[in-house]
Amino acid sequence: MDAHRQVSAAACAYLVSEMIQHFMARIRTAADLEITLHRTGQCVGAKVYELVSAREKSGRRESGIVEVLQFISITCWKCLFGKVADSLERSTDSETEFMIHDARPMTNRFISLPPSLGQLNCASYIAGIVAGMLACAQFPANVTAHSITANGDCVRTVFLVDVIDAH
Amino acid sequence: GNPARGHDGAVMGSGQFLQLLIINKAGGLIYNQNLSPGAPQLGSNDWLRIGSTFHSLYAIMMQIAPEASKGIQKLETETFKLECFQTLTGLKFVLTASAGLVQPTLEAVIRQIYELYADYVLKNPFYELDMPIRCELFTKHVTSLIDSYHASSSSYSGSKNVAGRS
Repeated sequence: MDAHRQVSAAACAYLVSEMIQHFMARIRTAADLEITLHRTGQCVGAKVYELVSAREKSGRRESGIVEVLQFISITCWKCLFGKVADSLERSTDSETEFMIHDARPMTNRFISLPPSLGQLNCASYIAGIVAGMLACAQFPANVTAHSITANGDCVRTVFLVDVIDAH
Repeated sequence: GNPARGHDGAVMGSGQFLQLLIINKAGGLIYNQNLSPGAPQLGSNDWLRIGSTFHSLYAIMMQIAPEASKGIQKLETETFKLECFQTLTGLKFVLTASAGLVQPTLEAVIRQIYELYADYVLKNPFYELDMPIRCELFTKHVTSLIDSYHASSSSYSGSKNVAGRS
């Protein structure tokens, strides 16, 4: 993407922080916060998918789930976060499960969770974005974010994509 | 003369950071961290009292200075030195180090800690302004920053051909 389309990471971080605070004032539990973040991400994802398809590929669409996921994890990730996702894998257990790995998702970079919200994962916003993109690409899926920790530090985040409709 | 000894009895090395305090604009202590084992081991109530006393002394300094003063910036004694940085919003960062610490300057390190504060405290949606800081990413980054300085300073002392900081 062009240089003039870049946004500072600090500005994004403040926006994410303010969004979370806005929701926190309105919901009760960590689970509700994750659901709300996910739903907000879906709105973003659907629009971003359309936009990036139009910009990068002149509006042509992929027709296979693997190509769609590659488009998401490489091109859309680059547009949204300035880098490509670390890897895209297919699960060996199930034909409809995929995993997108990202070592440092933008939402979790500056956030330290208080002990009362220990189960929360702010990357569910990004999971929602992926779900919205997949819905727009006509491959509806359940997408969840999971943090892999080692020695108490979050090593990387995995977005588990479970495609609902198997063709 | 006698080598300076820290509170744990060990000889203080070529220069160690001792303590970091952050005081909010009302004078309440919102953060303190021991930066080396030789630092004074005081209870949390003691640190609260020290924080608010320092805040009052800072205000007194501004008043008794003959010209317009910005309060306490540096304090040097035979055994330790102290640097204080007040932000535009009235937050004070106070850093102490043993007198033997020559490089890096306390002022440079305090600025870096201020940057870490701006990143890992202010961008944290779960942090309320002026409340005690309980952000583990902030603590982790301050610790690794100070540890990297301690590690490179111990490679300076006692060795002639030092390649330089990594």
